[in-house]
Amino acid sequence: MLTYLIQRFGQALVTVAAMATLVFVGVYAIADPIDMLAAPDATPDERAAIGAQLGLDRSLPVQFGTFAWRALHGDLGRSFVYNEPALSVILQRLPATLELALTALVLAVAVGLPLGLWAGLKPSSGSGRTIMTGSILAFSLPNFWQGLMLVLVFAVTLGWFPAGGRGETVNVLGIETGLLTLDGLRHLVLPAVNLALFKLAVVIRLARAGTREAMLQDYVRFARAKGLSPARIVGVHVLKNILLPVVTVIGLELGSMIAFAVVTETVFAWPGIGKLLIDSINRLDRPVIVAYLMLTVCLFVAINLIVDLIYAALDPRVRLSEAA
Amino acid sequence: MSTGETLPAAGGPPAARPVAAAAEPVWRAHVRAFLRSPGAALGLAALVLTVLAACLAPWIAPQDPYDLANLDVMDGTLPPGSRSVSGMLYALGTDAQGRDMLSAILYGLRVSLVVSLSATLVAATLGSTIGVLAANAGGRVDAVLMRLADLQLSFPAILIALVLLAAFGRGVDKVVIALIAVQWAYYARAIRATALVERRREYMEAARALALPRRSLIFRHLLPNCSAPVIVVATMQVAHAIALEATLSFLGVGVPVTEPSLGLLIKNGYDYLLSGKYWISTFPGLALVAVIVAINLVGDRLRDVLNPRFSD
Repeated sequence: MLTYLIQRFGQALVTVAAMATLVFVGVYAIADPIDMLAAPDATPDERAAIGAQLGLDRSLPVQFGTFAWRALHGDLGRSFVYNEPALSVILQRLPATLELALTALVLAVAVGLPLGLWAGLKPSSGSGRTIMTGSILAFSLPNFWQGLMLVLVFAVTLGWFPAGGRGETVNVLGIETGLLTLDGLRHLVLPAVNLALFKLAVVIRLARAGTREAMLQDYVRFARAKGLSPARIVGVHVLKNILLPVVTVIGLELGSMIAFAVVTETVFAWPGIGKLLIDSINRLDRPVIVAYLMLTVCLFVAINLIVDLIYAALDPRVRLSEAA
Repeated sequence: MSTGETLPAAGGPPAARPVAAAAEPVWRAHVRAFLRSPGAALGLAALVLTVLAACLAPWIAPQDPYDLANLDVMDGTLPPGSRSVSGMLYALGTDAQGRDMLSAILYGLRVSLVVSLSATLVAATLGSTIGVLAANAGGRVDAVLMRLADLQLSFPAILIALVLLAAFGRGVDKVVIALIAVQWAYYARAIRATALVERRREYMEAARALALPRRSLIFRHLLPNCSAPVIVVATMQVAHAIALEATLSFLGVGVPVTEPSLGLLIKNGYDYLLSGKYWISTFPGLALVAVIVAINLVGDRLRDVLNPRFSD
C-alpha cells in the first residue's frame, strides 16, 4: 500500500510539474504584454523599463526558474493589470464561482434525482422517455447556447430575472456572498440553472441506471413481499442504495463544474474566476492566466489522487495489481 | 508518412481477405438497418443538406457577407423578413454591419464544419494509430500510452482546450490543434480495446504465419478490422468538436474575427440579444443546434447498427 501511495503521489507531482511547464512556456510564448501595458507613444527606453520591472527581459529558462521557485512558495506573480498578487486576484473572485458551482450542484441533484428515479421506475412510459430525451438534449446542446436561450426567454422577453451580474452582496466573515440578499438570489437563478443543466443529464442517467438495477434486487422483492407500500420501497430502500454512486460522482464533478463555469460566467457576466480567465487571456495578463490554470490543474490532480487512494483503500485488487 | 496511408484503409471496406468476400451484403444490411429508424434517416437527410449548404455557400448565399463592398450600414440590425434599400430580402435579418444573417450563417457553417471535421479526421487517424500500436506492442509502451490517455481524459475537454489556446493564441489552426489534443485519447482507448480482441483472431494468426511485415500486419489487417468503433466514436466526436469549437469561439478564444464560425456569430449577436434584437444570435444558434442534433441522431443509430451486441 505504501509503495502504491508513493507511486501515485509521485505521478501527481509529475503531472503538476508537466502542466506547469506547458502552461508557463505556452503562455509566455504568446504576444508581448508590454504592448498592452505601455502607452502607444512610449519610447523604446520606457518599454524596456517596463519589461525590466516585470522581469520580462530575462531569458525564458531564467524566468521559468524564478516562476517555479516562487510558485513553490505560494507566489504566482503579480497581475499586470490589477498590480496585485495574481493569487489574491483569483481568491477574491473564488467565492462568486464557488457560490455558483455549489448552487448548481445542489440544483442538479435536487431536480435530477427524482427525475432519474421516475425514469428508472417507468423506463418505457411516455414520461420516462421524455425525461431521457430531455437529458440527451441537455447534454449534447452547447451549454452557452442554453444560457443564451435562458437570457432570451427569462430576462429579455419575460423580464423575470436579471440577465447578468451578481447583484447586491453582503460581507459575511470576510467573504462577499450574494446568497443572503434577495437581489443576489435573483441574479443567481439563471446562471445556476444554466450550469446545473450541464450536470443534470449525468445525475438523471446515474439515478435511472441505479434504480433499474435496484428494482431487480432481492431486497426490493423482499420488501414487496413484506407488504411495504411502493412509496416506502422507492423512497427508503431504493433511494438509499442509489444515493451513494450519485453522491460520489457528483463530488467528482465539482471540479469540472468550476472549470465549466468559464462558459456560464461569460454568458451571465458573473464576476467569478472563469470570467477572470477569459478577460485575462484577452488582456494578456500572463500571471493571472498561469495562476488560474495552475490552480485548476492542482485541483483536478488532487481530486483524482484522492479518488484513486479511496479506491485503493476500498478495493484490494487495485493495490495488488499496481504494486506488482 | 504512415498515418497518411492508414486513412483510406480505415474508411474503406476491410482489407483483410477473410471478411472481404462477405463485406458487400453486410454493408447493405447495415444501411437497411440504419434507415429503419425514421429519426436517424431524418438526421442523415438534415446532415447531408447542411453539408451541401455549407459546401455551396458561395453560390447559394444571397450575398458574400465578407465582401465589405456588399454591406450597407444603413441596413444594420434589420429584423427578419426586411428588405434592403435595393430590394434584397433579408430572410433572417441583418447584423450591426448590415450583413445578411442567412449568408453569414452559411459561411459560418463552413468554418464550423471545416474546423471540426478536419480536427476529427486527424484525431481519429492519430488516436487509432496510437491505440492499435499500443495494443500490438503491449507491456510498457501500452501502459505509458494508456496512462497518458487516462490522464488527459481525467481533465475536462474545455480546460485542456483553454490551456492550449491560452498558450497558442487564437486562430483556426490553433483551434484545430486544441480539438485534436482533446479528442485523440477517445479513439486510442476505443480502438485499443477492440484491437486487443482482434489481434487474437485467426486471420491475424494467419497473417503472422505468412511472416508479413509488421507494418502491413498492423495497418492492413488489424486496423481495418477495428474500424467500426472508430466510425461510431468519430460521429459522436464530430458533434462534440462542433460544440466545443462554438464554445471556444463564443468565449472569444477560438477562431479569429476574419473567419467567423457559428460560435463567433452567436457571440457577436450576444450584445444585441439583451436589447431584444434576438435574430443575430438566435439563428446561428439554431443552425448549430440543428447540426449537433442531426449528428447525434445519426451517431446513435450507427452505434446500434455497428455494434453486434445490439443488432436485432
